[in-house]
Amino acid sequence: MYKLTSVTKVYQKGRGTVRALDGVDLVISGGEWLAIQGPTGHGKTTLLQMLGGLDRPTSGVVDFDGQDLAQMRESQVTRVRATSIGFIFQTFNLVPTLSAQENVEAALVPLGIGAAERHARASRSLEDVGLGDRARHLPSELSGGQQQRVAIARALVKEPKVLLADEPTGNLDEGTRDEIIGLLESLWRERGLTLILVTHDSSVARRTQRVGIMRNGKLKIRQATRDAAT
Amino acid sequence: MFFTYLRRELRRRMRQAVFIALGLALGIGLVITVNAASSGVKAAQGTVLQNLYGVGTSATVTMPPSAGSFGLGGRNFTFKPGATIKIDQLTATRSLGSLSDSAVTTISKLNGVAATGGALTAVNVDTTFKIPNFSAGGGFPSGGTRSGDGQFRGPGSFNAGNQVTVNGVDLSAGGQPLGPLSNGTLSSGRTFKASDASSDVAVVDASYAKSANLKVGSDVTIANTKFRVVGVVTDPAADSSADIYIPLARAQVLASPAMKGKVNTIYVAAASSADIATVQKEIEKAVPGATVTTSADLASEVTGSLASASSLANNLGKWLAIAVLVAAFLLASLLTLAAVSRRVREFGTLKALGWRSRRVIGQVMGESITMGIIGGLVGIGLGFAGSKIVTKVAPPLSASVGQTTGSATPGGARTFPGGGGFPGGGFPGGGGFPGRGAGFRAASAAPSTTVHLTAPVTANIIILAVALAVAGGLIAGILGGWRAARLRPAAALARVE
Repeated sequence: MYKLTSVTKVYQKGRGTVRALDGVDLVISGGEWLAIQGPTGHGKTTLLQMLGGLDRPTSGVVDFDGQDLAQMRESQVTRVRATSIGFIFQTFNLVPTLSAQENVEAALVPLGIGAAERHARASRSLEDVGLGDRARHLPSELSGGQQQRVAIARALVKEPKVLLADEPTGNLDEGTRDEIIGLLESLWRERGLTLILVTHDSSVARRTQRVGIMRNGKLKIRQATRDAAT
Repeated sequence: MFFTYLRRELRRRMRQAVFIALGLALGIGLVITVNAASSGVKAAQGTVLQNLYGVGTSATVTMPPSAGSFGLGGRNFTFKPGATIKIDQLTATRSLGSLSDSAVTTISKLNGVAATGGALTAVNVDTTFKIPNFSAGGGFPSGGTRSGDGQFRGPGSFNAGNQVTVNGVDLSAGGQPLGPLSNGTLSSGRTFKASDASSDVAVVDASYAKSANLKVGSDVTIANTKFRVVGVVTDPAADSSADIYIPLARAQVLASPAMKGKVNTIYVAAASSADIATVQKEIEKAVPGATVTTSADLASEVTGSLASASSLANNLGKWLAIAVLVAAFLLASLLTLAAVSRRVREFGTLKALGWRSRRVIGQVMGESITMGIIGGLVGIGLGFAGSKIVTKVAPPLSASVGQTTGSATPGGARTFPGGGGFPGGGFPGGGGFPGRGAGFRAASAAPSTTVHLTAPVTANIIILAVALAVAGGLIAGILGGWRAARLRPAAALARVE
C-alpha cells in the first residue's frame, strides 16, 4: 500500500532549518496496523502528514498504491484524501456549528454524493460507533470520547483504505482511551483497514502489529511486543 | 450542506454578522439617501431652469455681442440746448449678439433636433429729458461731475422713463412656441396664433399688466407703435418672464437698429434628453462662434439655497457616503479575515477531508455575500427612511440664475448689462450723445424661484445599492477566501497543535 523511499522534510525555522524527516524508508502493507512512537518534535506528525498527502516531502518518494503523492497535483492529492484516506485528530477537529450527523456528512461532500444517501450513510456510520442517538447534537454537547467517536465515524463513512490517527486518545481519560482504541481495533479487524496511529502511549502501541520509533527524523521499525492481530 | 453550514456559521457569529451587515446597511442607506437627495436637487434645478427656460427647451443658442455694439442704436442726436427730447425705442438686448434667421433653419435640420424657435429679446425704453443750456466748448462746470472748458447754464432734467422687457416670439411653426412664453399660464384672453405673425398684438405678463393697469383689449405702446393686448399670462417664475410678448416679425421691424431677419436667441428642443450633448456639439459646429447653453450648463449658474443643497448633496453627502461605504467594506473585509484566521483549524480539517480549496472559498464567500445582501436589504430600508426624512424636513429652496451677460438664460438675456450710466464720451461741445453708453438699468436682480425638495428613490438607486452590497460582501469574501485558499492543510492543522 505505502512505500516511502528516502523521504526527507526540511522546514525553515528562523534563520536555521529543521530536518523533521531524515531519509525515511518505510513499507506498509494493506490491512496492517502500525503505531508510530517517539518523543515530541521528532517527526511523528510530519510522517503522518506525508502519508496523508497533507504535506509534501522536500525529497524522496511517497508511493501510495502506485502513485507518488509527492509528485501529484494538489487537486489529485485532494481527491486521494477524499476517497481513500481517513483522518482522526487528537483534538477531534469537528466543525463546531455542525451537528454530529452533519460533521460526518461533511466527509461525503467532496465525493458528490446526494443529500439522501449522505444522510443515510452518515447515520449508519454514527450507529457503528455507538452514537446513533446523538446525531443531532452539536460537538459542544458531546463528551470528549463521543466527539472522538464522531471523528472516527467521519473518517470511516467514506470507507477509506487507510485510517491515519494522530494521537487519537491524547485528550481522553484512561477509560475512554481504552474504549476508543477498542473501537478502532474492532473496526480495523472488521473492515480490513490499514491503520496507522501516532501515539505516545506505549499501552496503545503494544496492541498494534508493528511499531515505528521516530527519533531526530529517522524511523526505526520493530515488531510490537503483543500482536493485536493474533 | 452549503446552506446548512452557512446558516449555522452566521448564527454562531451572529454579533459579528450583525455588525458587518449594519455597517454595510449604514453605508448603503447613506448612498441611497444621498443619491435620492441628489436626484431631488437635480429635479428641483430642472424645475427652476424650466421656469426660466421654457417648457420643452433643451438648449439655447446665442451669439456673444460684437465689440462696440453698445449705444442707443449707434445713432447721434442733434438737438438744441434747452430742448426736450422724448425717446420711445425698442432696443435688442445688448448682452446678446444677433443671429440670422437662417441659423434657426440650419439648426432645425440637425440630427436630434425636434424643434427650434427664434426669439428677439429686447428692452423698450420710453423716456424724456431736457437738454440744459451749456456754453460752446462743452464740458461740465467746476463742481459738476466733470471739469471742462464749458459750463452748464440753467437746469436740465433726465427722466429714466419706463423700461419694459419685450420678447419677440417666433410664430412661424404655429402651436406652442418654445421659449419663456411656454411657461406661462393664460390668465385671460388668448395666446398667439400663427396668423398673428405680422399683427400688432401683444401678450403681457400678469404682474406687468397689474402694474401698468393693462387688461385684454388695452393698448400698450412699444417703439411708438400701439399693440393690442390679446392675452395675459402668469409665469411661475414671475421675475424671469418678459413683460410683453409680441410677434417676432414685429419686434424685428421695430427694434433699433432694425433686426429684420435677425434673432438673438434660438430655443432648441432635442428629440430626447440623451441627444442634448450631441445636439450641442452639432450646433456649435453648424453655427461657428455661437454659445450653446444646455440645462446642464445652467445648473452651475443656479445660486441660492438650492445651490447650497446641491453642493451639500454632491460634495459633502457624496463623500460622506463614500467614506462610510469604504469604512463598511473595510470593516467587513477585516472581520471576515479575522473570522477566517479563527477558523484555520476548521478549514484545515475540511481540506484534510478532501474539500477542494474552491469549495472552502465558496463557503467563505457565501457567508460574506449573505451578510452583504442582508446589509443591502436593511440599507435599502434605511435609504427609504432617509429619503422620506429629507423630503419631509427639507425647507423650501430658493434659487436664482446668476447674472450672466451673454448667457442663454432668458432671465439673463432679458436683463440689461451692467456698467450702465454714461461712460466715456460725455457731452461734447455742440451737444449730441455719442454712440456709446446705455445701460439704463444697472444690474437688475437675478430671477428667483422657490421649489420644494423631494428625494425620490428610483429603481436605479436600488439596483446600485444591491450591487454595492453584493460588492461589499464579495470583496470581503474574496479576501477571506483568498486567505482560506492559501492554507495548506498540514500548516493549518499544525498552527493549532
